[in-house]
Amino acid sequence: MRLRGFYTLFYKEMLRFTKVAWQTLLAPVITALLYLLVFAHVLESRVEVFDGVSYTAFLIPGLMMMSLIQNAFANTSSSIIQSKLTGNIVFVLLAPLSYLEFFLAFVGAAVVRGVVVALGVYVAAWFFVPLPLHSVWVLFLFALLGSAAMGTLGMVAGIWAEKFDQLAGFQNFVIMPLSFLSGVFYSVDSLPPFWQGLSRLNPFFYMIDGFRYGFFGQSDVHPLFSLSIVSLSLVILAVSTVTLLNKGYRLRN
Amino acid sequence: MSSAISIRETHKCFGELHALKGVDLEIHQGEFFGLLGPNGAGKSTLINIIAGLTRADGGQVSVMGYDVVIDYRRSRRCLGIVPQELVFDPFFSVREVLRLQAGYFGLGAEVEPWINELLDALMLADKADANMRSLSGGMKRRVLVAQALVHKPEVVVLDEPTAGVDVELRQSLWQFIKRMHERGHTIVLTTHYLEEAESLCDRIAILNHGEIVALDTKEGLLKHGVGNRICMSVKVADAGWTLPQVLTNKLKERAGAQLVFQLDRSEDSIIDVLDTLRKGGAEVLELQTKTADLEDVFIELIANRKVKAS
Repeated sequence: MRLRGFYTLFYKEMLRFTKVAWQTLLAPVITALLYLLVFAHVLESRVEVFDGVSYTAFLIPGLMMMSLIQNAFANTSSSIIQSKLTGNIVFVLLAPLSYLEFFLAFVGAAVVRGVVVALGVYVAAWFFVPLPLHSVWVLFLFALLGSAAMGTLGMVAGIWAEKFDQLAGFQNFVIMPLSFLSGVFYSVDSLPPFWQGLSRLNPFFYMIDGFRYGFFGQSDVHPLFSLSIVSLSLVILAVSTVTLLNKGYRLRN
Repeated sequence: MSSAISIRETHKCFGELHALKGVDLEIHQGEFFGLLGPNGAGKSTLINIIAGLTRADGGQVSVMGYDVVIDYRRSRRCLGIVPQELVFDPFFSVREVLRLQAGYFGLGAEVEPWINELLDALMLADKADANMRSLSGGMKRRVLVAQALVHKPEVVVLDEPTAGVDVELRQSLWQFIKRMHERGHTIVLTTHYLEEAESLCDRIAILNHGEIVALDTKEGLLKHGVGNRICMSVKVADAGWTLPQVLTNKLKERAGAQLVFQLDRSEDSIIDVLDTLRKGGAEVLELQTKTADLEDVFIELIANRKVKAS
């Protein structure tokens, strides 16, 4: 009976984005493909980041992970802020659901959306360059942990924001710069030392670098180190979010 | 009689504002209870605390014996809330909304007949598959009622359910709520339409500035202060007629031939006053009487409180 409450909220969050799939699933895949077309066309013959890996092939895992990051974040943040501002969050808050069930249902749906979009980019990109597959488990782990971390960050942003402007600011000034400056389009090893050091403070870099290792078996840092950073980020964000939910911060006041 | 809702010494502050000042209230099972008060009195804050939407700063609140904080799962299963605002989820149809709401409460396919019954009773059957966005305000209000009832709660709280609703819908809503009450549900109503509270509620609490200023049966409230008074208006034939001395203390106002007396229900008799008028030589042309209603009692209680506060 308890599980049904959790499952219903998870299902509702899934329905919410699948009902507008052209906007939540198809549009991000097309955006990633446009990046691929432009950057691959301009840089394919000029850049080789890893030995034996073409630039187009190098780019695809980065675009997959960038799409996953942005969509997992968007799913939870937009759902919570819309529900808060329209007032319909009251229906969930009146239900006999624990804050942990609330957290897991929202993050679960964000993981699904992030992974589906990333898979969409992979399938579409297959027509350009078939990618090697070094370890499906590494891909699975980074996709799961990365989307869960970003879904959780989206919850924090959705709970904190009191208007759409604030959420847009969070997206434009935090998520976008961090995802673009994370090695999607280049290897951080090609950067000057200062920018290399700065990139290594960006958790998105570890999500992308570890994910790329799953395809090529090559990465800028050791995949176990990346896995530790991504896992630690998820744990810190999850504990913070569950604490906010438990206190009812900006939800039960 | 066991409590449907028990509220003890409940406090709530919003910054400097002391919204609830130690409210004590017991609502019995099976009651049709009215919670009245002017805007900003604390009614919605109290309802939100009962529903777990707001956390009290002090005190204890339980629904059907279950503490709303410690035993929130069970207390929420016993409670259905119809919120004041017309809130809805624009992504879903009416039936989807009801299925989801039932699902949050752990109910699955077994609730489908009850959903159909609700849709029929609330005249929403033909809109079951319509998106919430396409419904009129009145229909959205009915969906809110259905959402509150979809898990068959023992206690139903309606926070101004007829605000902005046309007369026909208001009547049909009340008929439905009365049927719920007859089936044994405890109903708690807040409303600005005092005639609704007067006609429906067994007991009424009046909340003002975060405190209960009156708690009684409807009849009990109407015996209080202004409720005990009768306003008697007469028109005499001669505008210059002299009022007998014995009635001067009962005269409230006079405009020529029109006289208004204020009588005490327990001490005065309309017949006696008329006899005195006739014996004093007055020819009574018209007679009107008006007993105080809940609105008069409400206004007096709120006004008294304002005088005390100032």
